[in-house]
Amino acid sequence: MNFAIDFEAFLSSLPFMGKGMLGIFLVTSVIVLFVNALNNLPEKKEK
Amino acid sequence: MIKDVLIGLWEASGFHALFLDDGTFLWQNLVMILVSFVLLYFAIAKKCEPLLLVPIAFGILLANLPGAGLMDDPTGIMDTSNLIAGAHWYDTGVLRLIYAGVKSGLFPCIIFLGIGCMTDFGPLLSNPMSLLLGAAAQLGIYVAFVIAIVLGFAPEEAASIAIIGGADGPTAIFLTGKLAGHLLGPIAVAAYSYMALIPFIQPPIMKALTTEKERKVEMKQLRKVSKIEKIIFPVVVLVICAFILPSVAPLLGFLMLGNLFKECGVVDRLSDTAQNALMNIVTIMLGLTVGATTNGQTFLQWETIKIVILGLLAFCFSTVGGLLLGKLLYLITGGKVNPLIGAAGVSAVPMAARVAQNEGRKYNPKNFLLMHAMGPNVAGVIGSAVAAGFLLAMFGAK
Repeated sequence: MNFAIDFEAFLSSLPFMGKGMLGIFLVTSVIVLFVNALNNLPEKKEK
Repeated sequence: MIKDVLIGLWEASGFHALFLDDGTFLWQNLVMILVSFVLLYFAIAKKCEPLLLVPIAFGILLANLPGAGLMDDPTGIMDTSNLIAGAHWYDTGVLRLIYAGVKSGLFPCIIFLGIGCMTDFGPLLSNPMSLLLGAAAQLGIYVAFVIAIVLGFAPEEAASIAIIGGADGPTAIFLTGKLAGHLLGPIAVAAYSYMALIPFIQPPIMKALTTEKERKVEMKQLRKVSKIEKIIFPVVVLVICAFILPSVAPLLGFLMLGNLFKECGVVDRLSDTAQNALMNIVTIMLGLTVGATTNGQTFLQWETIKIVILGLLAFCFSTVGGLLLGKLLYLITGGKVNPLIGAAGVSAVPMAARVAQNEGRKYNPKNFLLMHAMGPNVAGVIGSAVAAGFLLAMFGAK
């Protein structure tokens, strides 16, 4: 069983982590803005 | 004459197939057959996720029957390592043919269609901030990715292992099928096992990261969401996400199509088929073929143990991510958000939301967090699909 730790690989993979989380928050923030806009839609009055 | 017949019978038997030409004994197949018996026992006698576990366990059994060849691929449709000259596509093992639905991403997408038909985005629409909790709860994916890289996995393998933290079986199968098909068995088994274990994994982390005062917070009732909002939401969210990250389109496209079936109110028959008959058919095929990828020789390795440990870490860190943002929202809103709902951002609908509800009630019996937790919970489905799309864009075939 090999549990060797590669410190260089750790450093090189950190940018992916940053980009990944940033990407998710970016997409989510755009959806939040859109949903907030939807919340302000004029409601159709029920008969 | 009789001796020749008996020798022929022996050579055609599964007992003979347990030994390679050089005399190597394939004990791994026997171990996996025993594992399938144990899983069948848990599924049938203990009723642990039987809808998934029965086909998966039976798939394990079928794929490990020596000499049966249900996953053989003599023409290299998906695996070119065992090509046989003169073989035709119809010589391919029957489970290998069905497996094409996993490898191509067809089955996970159809499952997402059914999930879309069963998902109510109402709680999320009435509290858009819950989307952020669904995003934060993807933290475990990237933490596990970094640890997997450090442990020596290739980036494609690390990405496939990490997606277990999204707590979404079809997403994990979709991404692994595309990036690291040889790891599909252990990843799918780990993903579904941890999803079933959420009521045991999450509560200790929730307790460790929140104070009693925070856990007692009662949230105000959600506003009613109009039908037009529910119809516009799936269409526009798909367009937004697919324009930003096109690789997310297959999963999110089918999820949102299913949700539109549900919400538009004019295709009830389609909605009914997608969430019942179609989903059941695909669940059978998906379970069987995922189980069939656990061939003894490739499954019983130290790599599998590493994957199981990394999957657990991914789950835990995803829960931590959701809870920490929940605590931040608690501070920002002056105590109006119960941080426990952040843990529901790990997808796994609706189990994670139920856990948040149960934990909240333990400290405040009047508390009713279920609908508040459903917001981050369904946001987690979108979040894990976006994370899978990102990983596919980074490490998928160009």
